[in-house]
Amino acid sequence: MTSDKWARLVPESEIMHGEKMVLQMGPQHPATHGVLRVELVTDGEMIVSATLHIGYLHRCFEKVCENMQWPQIVPYTDRLDYLASMNNNLGFVLGVEKLFGIEVSERVRIIRILVAELNRIASHLVAIGTYGLDIGAWTPFLLLFQAREHILDLFDELCGGRLLYNYIWIGGLSHDYPDGWLEKCREFIPYFKPKIPELNGLLSYNKIFVERLGGVAMMPADLCIKYGVTGPNLRGAGIKWDLRRNDPYGGYDDYEFDIPIGRGEIGTLGDCFDRYIVRVYEMEQSIRIVEQALDKLERTPRDDVQAAIPKTFAKVPAGELYFRTESPKGELGFYIVSDGKSKPQRIKCRAPSFCTLSALPQVAPGLLIADMVALIGSIDIVLGEVDR
Amino acid sequence: MTFTPEIINLIISVGFALSVVAFVAVFVLIAIWLERKISAHMQDRLGPMETGGWHGWLQTIADALKLLLKEDIIPQAADRPLFKLAPFIVFTGTMASFAVIPFGAHLIGSDLNIGVYYLVAVSSLVVIGILMAGWSSNNKWALYGAMRSAAQMVSYEIPIGLSLLVPIMLIGSMSMETLTNAQAGGFWKWTLFSHPPFAIIAFIIYFWASLAETNRTPFDIPEAESELVAGYHVEYSAMRFAMFFLSEYANMFVVSSVATALFLGGWYAPFRFLDVPIEVGVIWHNLAGLAWFSLKAILLVCIQMWLRWTLPRLRVDQLMHICWKIFLPFSFANVLLVSLWIVLK
Repeated sequence: MTSDKWARLVPESEIMHGEKMVLQMGPQHPATHGVLRVELVTDGEMIVSATLHIGYLHRCFEKVCENMQWPQIVPYTDRLDYLASMNNNLGFVLGVEKLFGIEVSERVRIIRILVAELNRIASHLVAIGTYGLDIGAWTPFLLLFQAREHILDLFDELCGGRLLYNYIWIGGLSHDYPDGWLEKCREFIPYFKPKIPELNGLLSYNKIFVERLGGVAMMPADLCIKYGVTGPNLRGAGIKWDLRRNDPYGGYDDYEFDIPIGRGEIGTLGDCFDRYIVRVYEMEQSIRIVEQALDKLERTPRDDVQAAIPKTFAKVPAGELYFRTESPKGELGFYIVSDGKSKPQRIKCRAPSFCTLSALPQVAPGLLIADMVALIGSIDIVLGEVDR
Repeated sequence: MTFTPEIINLIISVGFALSVVAFVAVFVLIAIWLERKISAHMQDRLGPMETGGWHGWLQTIADALKLLLKEDIIPQAADRPLFKLAPFIVFTGTMASFAVIPFGAHLIGSDLNIGVYYLVAVSSLVVIGILMAGWSSNNKWALYGAMRSAAQMVSYEIPIGLSLLVPIMLIGSMSMETLTNAQAGGFWKWTLFSHPPFAIIAFIIYFWASLAETNRTPFDIPEAESELVAGYHVEYSAMRFAMFFLSEYANMFVVSSVATALFLGGWYAPFRFLDVPIEVGVIWHNLAGLAWFSLKAILLVCIQMWLRWTLPRLRVDQLMHICWKIFLPFSFANVLLVSLWIVLK
């Protein structure tokens, strides 16, 4: 057990010690959001230590990439964080485009940001909905999934996929949007905006919910930085760090949006509630970006979205780079090495969920089992990305 | 064979017991269907719509048949006798409570002079069954569920007992029939309204504590599906699981009918003119009573469902906090004030 200051919430002297029990949480436990196994050593309901066992969803993503031609890798990135495939596509494609020196048209850039932000909302909706489910609230889950369904329908019409899109290609997009699609996107905005106050009334500021989350499982800023925790989890700890603003990519500097951070509203700064509420506020900001993107698209004349796609990938520029984007889970980085051939020499993916998860054993000791569920839900991990 | 009064009594008792079992079974089937529909409509869904045609009314019956026909799996490492026995103990505890529930003027299994006392006693049996189930499953999650359940139910029995004491003291009897009869003549005569501050506090405490007693949200900690997978019945399948399920819903009805009998006027209608007087016929009198009683009880059951689909779940320590630091002092103070009031009156 560590003696770090955040490792224990309850002083040693107040704990009654009994016989320790090893409890296997997962890989089929409903609260682990996939196939995570946490080996808990428990003292009654209290957790003494937590050991993570990952790899149940390992697909050799990085090795497979070495045997794939450049454009063939894009569908594999879909499967990383399968709740936000557009954002994965975007991260990888932007990195490759930067390496190869491909310039896409303004319209393609706007569409990319539009779909990425819509997908960010969809991803946060799942995170929040399933989090409510973890805490025992059923109804908000279905309310939010209804809104997500709306977004998935939009994507379905756009590219035929509802979960794995393979939409953003190197140098362009797989499809242009069909006629009338922009209007449907517009309709989504007034539909979605009232959902957030509704959610806040139903779940966010529910007394029991607040009691369950406030002051539970703090991840202070220094711990987050030490473990490379990024995204809403880092912002929940009160640090204003968003790559869309701090290291803009793909044209994000043309958009107006705020970066919500945790304020320690209910309990302590960086507790489960802060991590949760940051996601709620981020959806509000994402919908602002969507609105602006739609405005821009209506002003931009139609052009061929596949114009910049290279005719062949047989010979590409050699070089290497690390490119990072803000996925809904945090900093999604791709380290791409090209030796000029049709296949990459090496691709390393820096998955935000993996780094976030690695901090979990530091936070877990001293929590109750119910808090552990609240903690795993609040860091919003996707095992597809952790295991890769 | 001659029909001595003893034999006739026996036949009546057996008949009544069977009809109570039938009533409970039918009620549970309806309640499960109702819960599915209520939850579905609260969540913008339709719920079961196919089985049986009209709004899927046959769905629960189909499910019950499926559970009957499924393989009964007993884990190899389980303590077999205890594992097999546990659901029956839970079921017995629940069904035994029905003996003293006054469904109508004469529709009561046995009007014990210690009716309420008996009820509190037999419903405690359920805890033993749950503990047995959790322990004998030889599953850590089930054990956690059982331990939580035992801690929760034993703790909440105290505020329940204390708040039930209030109508008993006000009316001065423990017999269910006397308790109900004292509330005749319009809703302002019901215990809840006739002795405003005390009875209302007692009723609120009783209702919330009874949610904990029946393991319903926000107190469904023993079977918290996102934490403990399914809690104490995680290893149970087929009909044994159905027994737990049946008991849970039957228990919901028990606590609601106790609240109805003690606080909400039992089988009496809210206004005197809505009651069917005994002169019209004993059968009609009793049937009308049964209808009013079931209506009130099912209304309370619906409130329990409503709460379940609205509220998140509390944590173990918060649950204990509510019991020992909020409900208990309030119910003690309430009992004390009622006794003072009775003495000074």
